[in-house]
Amino acid sequence: MDTFEPKIVGLFCNWCTYLAADLAGISRMKYSHNLRIVRVMCSGRIHPEFVLWAFRNGADGVLIGGCHPGDCHYIEGNYKNLRRFLLLRKLLEQVGIDPRRVRLEWISASEADKLKQVVNDFAETLRELGPFGTELPEEPVLDIHPKEEAVS
Amino acid sequence: MKQGNGTVPRIGVYVCHCGTNIAGNVDVKAVVDFASKLPGVVVAREYKYMCSDPGQSLIKNDIREKNLNRVIVASCSPHLHEHTFRHATLEGGQNPYLFHMVNIREQVSWVTEDKMSATEKAKALVEAAVYRVRYHEALETKEVPVNPDVLIIGGGIAGITAALTLANAGKKVYLVERDYSIGGHMAKFDKTFPTLDCASCILTPKMTAVKDHPNIHLFTYSEILEIDGYVGNFTARILKKPRYVIEDRCIGCYVCVEHCVYKTPKFPSEFDEGLGLRKPVFIPFPQAVPLIAAIDPETCIEFKSHRCKKTCQEACRDLVGRDAIDFTQREEVVEVQVGAIIVATGFKTFDARRIPEYGYGRYPNVYTSLEIERLVNSSGPTGGEIVMRDGRKPRRVGIIHCVGSRDRNFNPWCSRVCCMYSLKLAHLVRERTGAEVYNFYIDIRTPGKGYEEFYEKLMQEGVHFIRGKVAEVTDWTITPEETGKLVIRVEDSLVGVVRRIPVDMVILSVGLEPRDDAEEVRRQLNISCSSEGWFLERHPKLAPVSTFTDGIFIAGACQGPKDIPDTVAQAGAAAAEALALIDRGSVELEPNIAVIDEQKCSGCHVCIALCPYSAIAFNEEKNVAVINEALCKGCGVCVGTCPSKAITQQLFTDEELLAEIEGVLLV
Ligand SMILES: Cc1cc2nc3c(=O)[nH]c(=O)nc-3n(C[C@H](O)[C@H](O)[C@H](O)COP(=O)(O)OP(=O)(O)OC[C@H]3O[C@@H](n4cnc5c(N)ncnc54)[C@H](O)[C@@H]3O)c2cc1C
Ligand code: FES
Repeated sequence: MDTFEPKIVGLFCNWCTYLAADLAGISRMKYSHNLRIVRVMCSGRIHPEFVLWAFRNGADGVLIGGCHPGDCHYIEGNYKNLRRFLLLRKLLEQVGIDPRRVRLEWISASEADKLKQVVNDFAETLRELGPFGTELPEEPVLDIHPKEEAVS
Repeated sequence: MKQGNGTVPRIGVYVCHCGTNIAGNVDVKAVVDFASKLPGVVVAREYKYMCSDPGQSLIKNDIREKNLNRVIVASCSPHLHEHTFRHATLEGGQNPYLFHMVNIREQVSWVTEDKMSATEKAKALVEAAVYRVRYHEALETKEVPVNPDVLIIGGGIAGITAALTLANAGKKVYLVERDYSIGGHMAKFDKTFPTLDCASCILTPKMTAVKDHPNIHLFTYSEILEIDGYVGNFTARILKKPRYVIEDRCIGCYVCVEHCVYKTPKFPSEFDEGLGLRKPVFIPFPQAVPLIAAIDPETCIEFKSHRCKKTCQEACRDLVGRDAIDFTQREEVVEVQVGAIIVATGFKTFDARRIPEYGYGRYPNVYTSLEIERLVNSSGPTGGEIVMRDGRKPRRVGIIHCVGSRDRNFNPWCSRVCCMYSLKLAHLVRERTGAEVYNFYIDIRTPGKGYEEFYEKLMQEGVHFIRGKVAEVTDWTITPEETGKLVIRVEDSLVGVVRRIPVDMVILSVGLEPRDDAEEVRRQLNISCSSEGWFLERHPKLAPVSTFTDGIFIAGACQGPKDIPDTVAQAGAAAAEALALIDRGSVELEPNIAVIDEQKCSGCHVCIALCPYSAIAFNEEKNVAVINEALCKGCGVCVGTCPSKAITQQLFTDEELLAEIEGVLLV
């Protein structure tokens, strides 16, 4: 059994996607075990650094979950997150990271089904991509935030 | 790993079995062993039910005896028990925000296929918490006063009940109803199952009580434009639509209606489901509350051509002396401040046209149940006489159950009231006309006090029951017996044959659905809907009338199909929850607000434009941004944006989140 099992960090907003994950549990849905959820109040809180930090610490993929456009508990945090996300994908591409390793999904509190399907699908994509770094060039284009400084 | 906020962390980790809910799929002992070896962990324990009294005592005692300054409980969702454990931490003598909760039930044991992976995942989440809590700090909560007034949206039996309960407790209530009158669906019924009490005899006194209550401010023909604010302090903007009649002048005397230039009613009455007619100036029904006339600009000649003789206005002025009619009335916006909101917007019925096989809209003698409710009503369009559109009395009547419900093509859910109201209508039709009545059902569902007995009674009354899903209603007749009738084609699944039952009248027992604008209301209020579109309760069992937005409660059929007894019970519960909130007098706000470090702020202004609540201002003198704590709702958008990292969000600081991310990846 040497199939690669990716590690996925889920950065989920408290009001929609985190609740969808709770609902998936209440509905006893089974989905890929690779996801580890970190709760934030709103997807607008998520700084691109969180994503880079996750990769730096061994994540193979990062799933950002927020409320559907127009539904953010704080009016439009999800739009702000979207803007950063689009930039972040560009940056990742430039440094040679496959942008498919970050995924942004709008998942409402009632969409446990969608959550399950997204997580399974994402895990599958990451299995195909292999461990983080496989695709990185030999010479690093950019040194991602050094570990020690970030938490000082 | 860093030292965190300076104090040497002394962490207690408690892993809950939750009976077998967690322990059945997570090796709890392994998680505890693992946790006990993590840096800073002083004690790690497992317990069957952490939320129980003895479970909480474990935490309190350990804080005292082992000098804990951080507490982690790995159990269910923080949405369920975060408050419980924060409280236990406080009672143990530590600041409640030194606690952190790990969700290993909803997000681990219940969703993971095999125990090994689930155990690994639980370990990872616990380790993340251990990393995270070292950055936790003691935080102060802010208390804000609660406005004691309540807004209720929707004036059906749910809204009425909640309004009266609160008003009787001395609270001021604003009741907003979209229609001309309160009463909702119940006002249309003649009798209610299973007791067959006269609906208006039990409802009308309540409607009048609402109007007369000094504590209730009633807005009819009004809608919510906008809701702003948060628990304890909401602002609602209410749109009062023009009814072209000055409310406090009208005495409901009908003189304007009598003197309308239309001598006879000509337009379909909405209240009578189009079976009766009304004039352009009308009072929706005799028991309407408020009993005030209204003019419909769509049908009134004055609005269409400005050439009406306006005899209604003249009569009101000259004969009654009230001069209540005002063709120039405009909409009006009223703003109210409230501390709590109850949503009671009810349901709509399934549109029978969506199943063309049943012929609704094509065959005049196919009716919906709601139309029949009006026909059997003694104050309805026929005075309670059950006659068909051609004036004949039906001799054979077929009632088709579950129309639009329990059907994958339409709504998968059971609408809960259709079996019972079908039985009620069967009884009333048979009683009034002596007709043979056939019920076509999939299953008869009669759970409820006195409901099964009512079914039993109907069977004894000689009403026929045929089990099978009706395939078609057709006017294509074969035998002489069928001539001139509608034929119901059904497979009788008890006998196993296809039958053709000729009838004069067909009643479609349409199911209950969320209202068309439920989605809009949901957004206005910032609450959630289930995937079907019903408003979502905070917890299906333990918090059935609360929502995820504090201070907003739901009651009645807007939360899911239900009958009047359940609606009334729920409305009482919603009122009680609102009362509990108001009488507490103040609420503690989560301290997850953003804080600016003036030393680091470069004065770039970026955060100011991004804040959705305009909570950030600029201090020109110091050249720094300043957050107004009272306005900040703790989304963290500014924190995620600040280029100087000058803003932190309490409870969700960068350090805490980065440590948590690092931690989940270690196992
Ligand atoms: C044909 C039929 C027969 C029935 N017979 C029985 C019976 O015999 N016994 C029984 O127990 N139950 C019966 N029921 C069920 C019963 O109708 C419901 O239990 C009850 O009406 C639910 O009350 P409610 O106040 O939640 O909703 P509603 O009665 O739907 O009232 C909601 C009110 O809110 C208003 N509203 C909606 N949206 C807004 C908005 N956005 N802003 C402001 N106002 C709004 C509406 O105009 C309405 O007045 C029957 C149902 C049907 C369809
Ligand atoms: S609260 Fe969900 S994205 Fe803002």
